Amino acid sequence: MNATIEPGGVAATKVDAGDSPGRLAVRAVLSRPTAVFGGVVLVLVALLAIFAPWVAPYDPLATSWAAVRKAPSAAHWFGTDEVGRDLLSRTIWGARASLSAGVIAVTIAVGAGVPIGMLAGYVGGWLDAVIGRLTDAMLAVPFLILAIALAAFLGPSLGNAMIAIGVTATPIFVRLARGQVLAARAEDWVEAARAVGNPPARILLRHILPNILPPVMVQATLAVAAAIIAEASLSFLGLGQQPPAPSWGSMLNTAQRFLTQAPWMAVFPGIAIFLTVLAFNLFGDGLRDALDPKK
Amino acid sequence: MLSFLPRRLLQLIPTLFLVSVLIFGLQQLLPGDPALVMAGEEKDPEVIEQIRKQYRLDQPLPMQYVYWIGGVLQGDLGESMRIRQPVSQLIAEKLPVTLQLATMAMTFALLIGIPAGVLSAVKKGTAWDVGANVFALWGLSTPNFWLGIMMIFLFSVQLGWLPASGYVSPFEDLGQSLAATVMPAFVLGNAIAAVLMRHMRSAMLQAMSADYVRTARAKGLHERVVVLRHALRNALTPVITLGALEFGTLLSGAVLTEQVFSIPGFGKLIVDAVFNRDYAVVQGVVLVTATVYIVLNLLADVLYVLVNPRLRA
Repeated sequence: MNATIEPGGVAATKVDAGDSPGRLAVRAVLSRPTAVFGGVVLVLVALLAIFAPWVAPYDPLATSWAAVRKAPSAAHWFGTDEVGRDLLSRTIWGARASLSAGVIAVTIAVGAGVPIGMLAGYVGGWLDAVIGRLTDAMLAVPFLILAIALAAFLGPSLGNAMIAIGVTATPIFVRLARGQVLAARAEDWVEAARAVGNPPARILLRHILPNILPPVMVQATLAVAAAIIAEASLSFLGLGQQPPAPSWGSMLNTAQRFLTQAPWMAVFPGIAIFLTVLAFNLFGDGLRDALDPKK
Repeated sequence: MLSFLPRRLLQLIPTLFLVSVLIFGLQQLLPGDPALVMAGEEKDPEVIEQIRKQYRLDQPLPMQYVYWIGGVLQGDLGESMRIRQPVSQLIAEKLPVTLQLATMAMTFALLIGIPAGVLSAVKKGTAWDVGANVFALWGLSTPNFWLGIMMIFLFSVQLGWLPASGYVSPFEDLGQSLAATVMPAFVLGNAIAAVLMRHMRSAMLQAMSADYVRTARAKGLHERVVVLRHALRNALTPVITLGALEFGTLLSGAVLTEQVFSIPGFGKLIVDAVFNRDYAVVQGVVLVTATVYIVLNLLADVLYVLVNPRLRA
């Protein structure tokens, strides 16, 4: 983009055809090999999760006393667990629990946090003060401890774990949206929109929201990574997905008891968590660099 | 400084108040009659009646809070339903164990994270930089309970060098205590080392391009002196404060690490309490954790002002 001052003194911006901010960002993400790697892994994991019933070689719940704790082989690539269930199939099905938990929890956090934060930033005054103090209070409790406490009181289940993680992650988005709105409110174009007589709701939704979306998207991507680890942690502790339904965290919980006899039980679910979280982190980092207006 | 501290202390009051309301409110999430749920397996009407009386569940909600917070302010966090011990006593017993683990973890994090960050900034764009960044990504993406399990497999099951679980107090046997805590402390410190490395790298890069570093170089000082005496000293300040904030991560991580290594600390206390539906203990642990975290944040702020002469005026 080249900005030139024309004789009349009006700044004109020469933009190539098709250079919308969105396309520029996509190109910037695609120019980063690490971000592309993250994106590809994410798509693969998502496809595995969606098509689990067709991709998984065995029923993830089918036990077989003839195949208890078998090491990885041609028949069972990842080996079998303590009741003879195929670990590859369970790992593939586990992607469903982990991905949906990560995405749903963050959707809850964004859906609640962004409107609250925008309202606080736009209205200001006592409402902002109250929301600000509430956010401080929630952020004062370490993430996982608050999620554990919430999950404990709500009762152990995958759905409640998602709610607990979502609620715990909400203040991050409240704070982010509030800060962004405060910055945007001082801009000339918001002032102009107000001067023209737009109602506050329209200014917030039509003018401010599209402008604060990029940082929210970056934060959301990184938050999914954190939420997947949190879900795995809660499931590992027995507060998430309940057995026998497969989830990476609960598979690791069981694996720890058979570490001497069947170490492969602990290897693959861990690698699955690591790769998925790594992919979200790489993609989120790439997205942040690509959307950074300073670059 | 004189006006800063009281103002900051005053800000703590509403935050602490809301944290206490939040934690008190948790028990409202319990489905059905809390007394019935708290009584657990035994549905003895006498026990239920006692719980109702003890927690004043027959009174309106705001009054229940007033009684609860009144007790908390006097150090009474309630009683464990299962062990029949005051919650404050339980926490006082378990806290030193977690503090030992946390201190060792922070030592690991500083010893790995700071040099890695400095190296990566000084050798920007080289293999060292790439290596340090890969390490940081690995640390941020590895769930620490899985790392713990893998380390147990390698160092306890395969090599037999270290005990797989358990805890020995350092006052009993220092050697055994270190042997039992070195793995969990490393696991716990690993993720924080990654965060510190990233902070250190960006702070160092900023410092290295500052005027005073150029001046130091122009004076003909040895590069090592420039890096260590001039750049590092200035870059370390924000990193130390950010490090203090990582204490929350440490406490969260301790819950899982203690579970994996069967260490009877703070984290194990909350997990056991969750499964025994010992809600007073859960509330007590969360309250103490939040308070410790808030106080540490305050200390970090004060430290930041103290070491930064420009803010002291």
